[in-house]
Amino acid sequence: MSSVPAKQEPAEDTAGAPPGSMLDVTDLSVTYAADRGPVVAVDQVSLQVDPGEFLGIVGESGCGKSTLLFAIAQLLAPPAAITGGQVSFKGRSMVGLTDRQLAAVRWKDLSVVMQSAMNALNPVRPIRAQFADAMRAHGVRSKTEIADRSAEVLRMVGIDPTHLRSYPHQLSGGMRQRAMIAMAMLFTPDLVIMDEPTSALDVVAQRSLMVQIKELQQQLHFAVIFVTHDMSLISHFSDRLMVMYAGQVAEFGATRELFNRALHPYTVGLMDAFPSIRGPRRELTGIPGSPPNLAAPPPGCRFEPRCPKAMERCAATQPELYQVDETLVRCLLHEDGTAEEKTA
Amino acid sequence: MTSTSEPSANGTALLRTDKLTRHFRIGNALSQQTLHAVDEVSLTIGEREIVALAGESGSGKSTIARLLAKIYKPTSGETYFQGKPLSGFKSRKDRLRYSGLAPMVFQDPFASINPVFRVSHGVLRGLKLHRPELSRDERYAEAQRVFEVVGLTPADEVLQRFPHELSGGQRQRVGFAQALAMRPKLILADEPVSMLDVSIRVGLLNMMAELRDSQGVSILYITHDLASARYVADRLIVMYAGRVAESGPAEEVLANPRHPYTQLLLSAAPDPRAPLGVGAETDRGEPPKVINPTPGCRFRWRCPLAIDKCHQVTPELSQMTPGHQAACHVAEEGAEVKAFG
Repeated sequence: MSSVPAKQEPAEDTAGAPPGSMLDVTDLSVTYAADRGPVVAVDQVSLQVDPGEFLGIVGESGCGKSTLLFAIAQLLAPPAAITGGQVSFKGRSMVGLTDRQLAAVRWKDLSVVMQSAMNALNPVRPIRAQFADAMRAHGVRSKTEIADRSAEVLRMVGIDPTHLRSYPHQLSGGMRQRAMIAMAMLFTPDLVIMDEPTSALDVVAQRSLMVQIKELQQQLHFAVIFVTHDMSLISHFSDRLMVMYAGQVAEFGATRELFNRALHPYTVGLMDAFPSIRGPRRELTGIPGSPPNLAAPPPGCRFEPRCPKAMERCAATQPELYQVDETLVRCLLHEDGTAEEKTA
Repeated sequence: MTSTSEPSANGTALLRTDKLTRHFRIGNALSQQTLHAVDEVSLTIGEREIVALAGESGSGKSTIARLLAKIYKPTSGETYFQGKPLSGFKSRKDRLRYSGLAPMVFQDPFASINPVFRVSHGVLRGLKLHRPELSRDERYAEAQRVFEVVGLTPADEVLQRFPHELSGGQRQRVGFAQALAMRPKLILADEPVSMLDVSIRVGLLNMMAELRDSQGVSILYITHDLASARYVADRLIVMYAGRVAESGPAEEVLANPRHPYTQLLLSAAPDPRAPLGVGAETDRGEPPKVINPTPGCRFRWRCPLAIDKCHQVTPELSQMTPGHQAACHVAEEGAEVKAFG
């Protein structure tokens, strides 16, 4: 298998891309209507994705990253609902489209690869029937065309087309995930949204799937939004990285930049949370505590209760996103827009 | 066959297996096939030692844990715990005693605790069964003690919670507390952190090291993550397709891997501290085939270094350096092995 060269330069103008990007999310908020009052799971998140870009979103469980994806793909179901902001995809607003209008966009321009292929594939139908469904839904009638394209996409992800007859249980976990990705490729969409597609796999399968995604992306030039809780996984694959905490953007910038110089204490904590396979063995601490209850978020910075660098005013002041060079960071330490940490 | 590993320097063998083998029969009456989940595995776990058992899905790691926990009976081979064969533990009393000495902690913290009872329920029941000499109050005091040991504080309050009120990391600590209440010598932990968020894994790994140091238990840590094995384990055993591929001191095996499969696992481990760029060789990562295997190295289909001998003779573990063994014909001949990464 050929090696994949590092992706070319990330799109200039990281977070402040002009309107007219392929995907433009502005101040998006999602609220769950819970018994004990509304829970804001995604709080005014803005992001842009350019054609062919690989955007990573990382954060712990419950930080709103999957909800954000679902909101972008218009897959939210009650009690969750978009309560503010805009999602514009290829110049067209996605919020408020009817199911019929959305159906035309799904698979064709935008496809979603879910976390668990085990649950996302229909267990009682062979792979080819599920591929055919997606193609027929978009008006492809010719049987040979369906068969040819199905075989073609399976071959693209490295699965023998004989497996079109296989049922999901006859495939290994890695192959099921590949089949899901193949299905997402049926119409060569412009944007593929992936929600932890590798988290059920072990390291070797995970690595080869990531390389595969990157190769396909370079061949077919689609953009990827990739959600994961494992920062180490996408360190070598994404162009830009967005770190989410408690429904908000904590830090957003070029992946390379973030790994070289993480600004937000939460990002630093995430990077220090996994042991390394090389280099000196050292004691790690992880991030003590757990994310806040979003029904009653802390009044100041949401990370303040767990933050090793919290200052007195962090408990009362809500930090905004401050721009430091090309990176956006929500931390009072960088309020003045420099990488130097302000002293209290 | 030599034993998989030397008993650790800091103690004698607590548990030792001798050519432990477990096959499963699959298929129907017309096509009888045998799945070789575990084949002739000889390994040793010392006192106060964390041994990591690493390998891909389907390599037989979990089967070993179940064999050691006496959930499965071996097809052949024997396990000795403190010198006594497991097959000798036949009476209810002996089996109960053994399951208290070597309890299991499971992978999925969401499925392994009964959701309709308070978390104290599991610990107290275990105590009642395994330590009947304790009075009601003593049981509760013991439950509090083990909850504090695993870092669930304030223990009094956490004991009264329901599983859904705890996070995944906390639930997994409950699993360890339940195991610890029985005063075990060996905890069989089957992928205890793989379902947890990366940010809380480290806390649990630190807790495991703490249990070894303060409570004197040994832990069999099953994982597919070599980086966490390196972080917490004293010794590392790498399995492939039901056989031991390589074993030795964790640091030594990872710094100087001799089996091509260990090298493959190493090259697949994400390392953000490495320079950015994707260059390493990868392979498709298909699980090993262990149905009716033919003689020969089971890794040969994926191994770029395979020679003729690999297709005919199953490699046995042989000593590379003291305490470090690998089952590879190429490495055995003293050749430089550089397959992946």
